[in-house]
Amino acid sequence: MPDSSLAEYEVVRGKARSFYPRYERKEELQHQTHFCPGCGHGTIHKMVAAAIDELGVQDRSIMVGPVGCSVFTYYYFDVGNVQAAHGRAPAVATAIRRSRPHGIVISYQGDGDLSAIGSAEILHAANRGENITVIFVNNAIYSMTGGQAAPTTLLGQKSTTTPNGRSAAREGYPLHVSELLATLDAPVYIERVGLGDNRQIVQAARAIRRGIEYQVRGLGFSLIEVLSPCPTIWKMSPVDAQHWVRDVMEKTFPLGVFVDRAHDRLPAPPPSAAPTLADLPHLLGVADQDLPEGHAHALSGDLPVDLQVRIAGFGGQGVLLLGEVLAEAGLDAGLEVSWLPSYGPEMRSGTSNCHVRIARGAIDSPLVATPGVLVAMNEPSLRKFDLSVRPGGWVIYNGDEFPADCRRQGVRVLALPFTRLADAMGDKRAANMIMLGAVLEIAAILPRQSIGAALRRLVKNPRWVELDERAIARGRELLRQALAEG
Amino acid sequence: MTDEKKPDRGLLRIDDEECKGCGLCIEACPPRVISMSERLNHFGYRTAFYKGSGCTACGVCFMVCPEPGAITVLRLATPALATSAPETVACASN
Repeated sequence: MPDSSLAEYEVVRGKARSFYPRYERKEELQHQTHFCPGCGHGTIHKMVAAAIDELGVQDRSIMVGPVGCSVFTYYYFDVGNVQAAHGRAPAVATAIRRSRPHGIVISYQGDGDLSAIGSAEILHAANRGENITVIFVNNAIYSMTGGQAAPTTLLGQKSTTTPNGRSAAREGYPLHVSELLATLDAPVYIERVGLGDNRQIVQAARAIRRGIEYQVRGLGFSLIEVLSPCPTIWKMSPVDAQHWVRDVMEKTFPLGVFVDRAHDRLPAPPPSAAPTLADLPHLLGVADQDLPEGHAHALSGDLPVDLQVRIAGFGGQGVLLLGEVLAEAGLDAGLEVSWLPSYGPEMRSGTSNCHVRIARGAIDSPLVATPGVLVAMNEPSLRKFDLSVRPGGWVIYNGDEFPADCRRQGVRVLALPFTRLADAMGDKRAANMIMLGAVLEIAAILPRQSIGAALRRLVKNPRWVELDERAIARGRELLRQALAEG
Repeated sequence: MTDEKKPDRGLLRIDDEECKGCGLCIEACPPRVISMSERLNHFGYRTAFYKGSGCTACGVCFMVCPEPGAITVLRLATPALATSAPETVACASN
């Protein structure tokens, strides 16, 4: 006789496969999420994960996480994860979707993120009909930052920035994102759902699944707005917060399907793959014989190279060109290079500087915080960057006299009136190239052929190339002289 | 045997280390078979627990629960279902 107390049971609802078994977060808490008890995010996360599971797209799904309480999507979802800057998720999702045509890209955003700082991004992504799915979690408040009013805050709702309740006269009306986007022609599906009771929750799960399914079918842009409880900031129990969604929030934000154009949409053909590097010259109409060969063979030895140069002056002194020639020469020599300009909106005058790095290995950051060589084309630039030069480094200064208070132990100085020297050679604008000559003499790694090639590539006028070559030679000579004099 | 108790259609497993005691499942459960413990778990939360009988395996508690794996819903296997479900466990119905 069978034992009736023991029966066969099978799991019908359990943790989705698209979640990690354990989360890589604080040691003690890796088995649970960081969300407060009763938070709507956890429930919505589960709906997204279940939809990914059901549609069988886990291995090609990419979540774009927002800034806000749900920033940690990458802790939980075992899919591709990218975390975007505040509000920028739809732009990031666009880039990912276009560069990975077979990816399923889900932008997960809160109301502060999407409807305030990111209002432009969501509007244009929707208007372009990007084939992405946006999960828009609306809890009518900025929660992570402690309860400031959001564009979606209800009229009369108290927040830390509307302590007497939101007033239409002062703060405007709650922003109806779904209705707004539904006026556009491109979106395929926009629905507002809620987490206010069992029925709403079942419908929310259905809507999220549909939004992702439409993307899998290649139909275009979907947005599912989910009215979601925030018991902590609303200062309610989780159950009261849930009911508040249904009884109060829903009156301002009515639920329903605003757009569903799936029936009249044809799936977009998947975009063709990006061209390979080898295809580029052909696509750009460059003939093989025109491709620069470079002078990597002329680079001597295999010593490590890590040249870090900061060049500064006023706009018009050729600060950026000096850096460009240096970086281009490094490129010609087959090295890794970075050139990072930093300047104001003025084309002339104002200040300008650039960071140049040349290395044999990969360059981690294009910033040069502690230059080995500082090229200061005027005194303000010297004073600005003088202290950043690393011990054993060089300062090349354009001026008659090096300010005594800028002298430092362990930093060598070449101070000459480069502008006047250039003027004597034919044009004061060649001062930057004389200074470049000094840098090249210090660095002494770049083959001369590479300098010549870089110069010809960046300076179109042959008269100037000739002057610049002479100026560089002069700079090398001046540095050698200075070294000889000690 | 006519007096033999018929096994419940459903069964719940609640992980009391993952549960944060929000109580949404208790509110949501149609047959009202979930309750809140008096005992605090390791983290200091009171947690939800299955009263032990009456579950219909409707799955609503799982849907409303904000934690990914705090609730697992099981259904009494029928021959038709057993062929489609990969994970089958044997356990006591109470």
